[in-house]
Amino acid sequence: MDIQSYLLLSATTFIIGVVGVLARRNAIIVFMSIELMLNSVNLSLVAFSAYLGDVRGQMLVFFAMTVAAAEAAVGLAIIIALFRRKQTVNLDDINILKW
Amino acid sequence: MFSYSPLIVLFPLLGFLFLGLIGWRLKNEKLIGIIGSGTVGLSFVVAAILFFQMLGMQPEERKHIVGLFTWISTFTGTPSSLSVSVGYQVDQLSILMTLIVTGVGFLIHVYSIGYMHGDAGFSRFFTYMNLFIFAMLNLVLADNFLLMFLGWEGVGLCSYLLIGFWFDRKFDTGGYKPGTATTSDAAKKAFIVNRIGDFGFLLGMLLIFMHFGSLNFETVFGRATVLSVGDKTVVWITLLLFLGATGKSAQIPLYVWLPDAMAGPTPVSALIHAATMVTAGVYMVARCSILYALAPTTMQVVAIIGAVTAVMAATIGLVQNDIKKVLAYSTVSQLGYMFLAMGVAAFAAGIFHVLTHAFFKALLFLGSGAVIHAMHDEQDIQKMGGLKKYLPTTYKTFLIAAIAISGIPPFSGFFSKDEILWKAFSSEYGSVVLWALGVLGAGLTAFYMFRLVSLTFEGEARYGHDVHPHEAPKTMTIPLVILAFLSVVGGFVGIPASLLGGNSIEQWLEPIFEPANDKLSLIPQAVTAGEYLLMALSVAIAAGGIYVARMVYLRRAELAEQWKAKFPKIYAMLFNKYYVDEAYDAVVITPTVKVSEAILWKGVDVSIIDGLVNGSAKLIGTIAQGIRRVQTGIAQQYATIFVGGILVILIWLILK
Amino acid sequence: MTLETFLFYFLAIISVGSALMMVTRRNPVIAALYLILNFFALGGLYLTLHAQFIAFIQILVYAGAIMVLFLFVIMLLNLGDIKGLGEKISYRKIVGAGLSFGLLMELVYVFGFARASLPPTQFEKSVDIGTVEYIGRELFTTFLFPFEVTSILLLAAIVGAVILAKKKLN
Repeated sequence: MDIQSYLLLSATTFIIGVVGVLARRNAIIVFMSIELMLNSVNLSLVAFSAYLGDVRGQMLVFFAMTVAAAEAAVGLAIIIALFRRKQTVNLDDINILKW
Repeated sequence: MFSYSPLIVLFPLLGFLFLGLIGWRLKNEKLIGIIGSGTVGLSFVVAAILFFQMLGMQPEERKHIVGLFTWISTFTGTPSSLSVSVGYQVDQLSILMTLIVTGVGFLIHVYSIGYMHGDAGFSRFFTYMNLFIFAMLNLVLADNFLLMFLGWEGVGLCSYLLIGFWFDRKFDTGGYKPGTATTSDAAKKAFIVNRIGDFGFLLGMLLIFMHFGSLNFETVFGRATVLSVGDKTVVWITLLLFLGATGKSAQIPLYVWLPDAMAGPTPVSALIHAATMVTAGVYMVARCSILYALAPTTMQVVAIIGAVTAVMAATIGLVQNDIKKVLAYSTVSQLGYMFLAMGVAAFAAGIFHVLTHAFFKALLFLGSGAVIHAMHDEQDIQKMGGLKKYLPTTYKTFLIAAIAISGIPPFSGFFSKDEILWKAFSSEYGSVVLWALGVLGAGLTAFYMFRLVSLTFEGEARYGHDVHPHEAPKTMTIPLVILAFLSVVGGFVGIPASLLGGNSIEQWLEPIFEPANDKLSLIPQAVTAGEYLLMALSVAIAAGGIYVARMVYLRRAELAEQWKAKFPKIYAMLFNKYYVDEAYDAVVITPTVKVSEAILWKGVDVSIIDGLVNGSAKLIGTIAQGIRRVQTGIAQQYATIFVGGILVILIWLILK
Repeated sequence: MTLETFLFYFLAIISVGSALMMVTRRNPVIAALYLILNFFALGGLYLTLHAQFIAFIQILVYAGAIMVLFLFVIMLLNLGDIKGLGEKISYRKIVGAGLSFGLLMELVYVFGFARASLPPTQFEKSVDIGTVEYIGRELFTTFLFPFEVTSILLLAAIVGAVILAKKKLN
């Protein structure tokens, strides 16, 4: 398969992730959409790595996954703390930084 | 040696800075007094050294200009360039003025140590006095108009500071703010009236710059000698400069501040309003003598105003009851004589009268200060009398000064006043009318001075038993004695040729006034019999005035009351100073204040300027109120806008 | 239609479909499960690209650890099926969807039609570089420093997560 297919697939899942981030009110779903976006980019990186024969793409994916794992842990801890405070994960209710 | 001449100006400046910054912390009055007087004394010493050096030189060599640094330098190389430097010109005229200022100033500073003893603002007083001396020296030693103007304004400022020295003391200003006026109102009046004159001076300076292209004395006067008599611009220049002089030297129409300036401490009245600042106008006319020689019209104006002021002020002084007010009107009157001299082209005589007047008027003021000090701040002469028993030194020196000012030979006032009267009569620029006014003024002067002496020192005591007058301390009486001595012998530098003298002062000043005299083509006159006749006449009139005054006020006091009853209207007019202050108030001051309040304050300042500033702030506030609603606190909204932005950027990149 | 093409399309459809399902479910547990399915599909795609190591890491870390963590949190907060959290159609949603669609069109244009100049394909090499051995060697030689730093990053993340989620002790 030529590389465009993989790139188009990556773009599609990325946009689906963006829609999820913008349009959902549940914080957990938003978070999972963010993970989706990260993964789509990983796919694009691996595709380039394979087609250009350069291992650095895959190394970047490796580190991106590590960072994503760390970020998921911390992000979920924040959601737990938020839930304790406000008893909700509805993002529309979390507007303390409002004018 | 002449390169040290800036030291003359520097010493008082250092004194001012030291006393102003550190002096107020010192509690030792003696130290402050020594520093304050010492700086002026040092200036006098330097000036005296320079003077003696100049005596030994040829007349042509006596002028020295020491330039210190360039002050303003603009548009160099173009026709409209202005270059003003700070430099000091030491010549015969300025060294004479410097000696007067520093010499008499030194004596008054020493006197003030005694007079201001115990006052809470003791160091503040000496600080201001030193600043005044600094400004005055800048005025007389300047080598260009702008530096002179700096000194001119400086003395006006110091006059304000010192008149209002006891700023919360109540002061009777006659009609203005009755009951609540303080000395600072008198100080404000002095400063504002002076400013009106300064407006004229400034316009004159601008015209000078336009016409002559420079503000430097040497340059301007050099270029003036080739102009013809009657040059229109020069007439305007001289008129405007004279307007400034009427403000500073208290002539009609701007003399109204000087009587109210008596609100200040007596040494201030002596220094500023008798000996130095008020003579600045006379000095200025003398310095610009070539310009005045080019404008005979202005000289006429100067002479007429001088003569009329002399008589008018003398008439007001006849009926005043405050000892300092009498002396104030006397000062205005004597300044009239000086301007009369300038107006009839007797420039040296005018400067001679400045010299003698400095001696006896300062002495009169300081003497009155001793009296006030002795009477515990009583200034009404109707409540004095018979003080010669208790204040012998004061009485004797005061008497000497009174004789001098009345023009009785051989005291100094005779020589200078007589010179003026003779020139008023005989010069081509004088007239009999001017002479007659001068003689009338001399008679009135003698009368009111001896009225003052009689009511204050002689006769029966008219004060209560709780007042115990005592003689002033040594720091106050020694300057009195020195000034008395000078009042006696000071006239001998100007003994005219008719009395077999060399008239040294006129010869000394001759190189200064030579260009002017040439322009006026004055013919030096021989001694005639007429001169002796007029001399005798003026002495007789003065003696007559003295006799009448002593007779009325010592022996037949009821005569004064009869005259007052017979001419009540005239008496009222004289006592209320011809209602000039009230006229000014109604015609000038009240309309100006009303217009300023209604239009300038409420209209322009509040509505327009404040409105603009506050309005723009409010506008920003309103805009900000609107914009801040963008921050809703919902992160997803921010993310949406993010995505929109990325969209735009991508489109732009694709299209590139 | 070769095996590769078939595999690619099959896995691609699963990936996109599971992604769509994930963003539209109301129940977060169901959404998590769909995401796991997405990750599996991605793992398969990696395998088609001969990136063996990455594929396994994807399954192990993402599907095995991160999603489990997600499910733990969902269970902990008892977010099973909140009736009140049903999505309403709001202004923001429409704008967001519209903008995203525009973005998609742009990306399609760039990737599909722009024909940006790429270096010549060297797909044959991908067989060698995707192996665990190769990646392991690279990791411990060329990329040693980032590797060590990552460990500190993970330490920071652990400490942060613990502190943030801790119950305050009164």
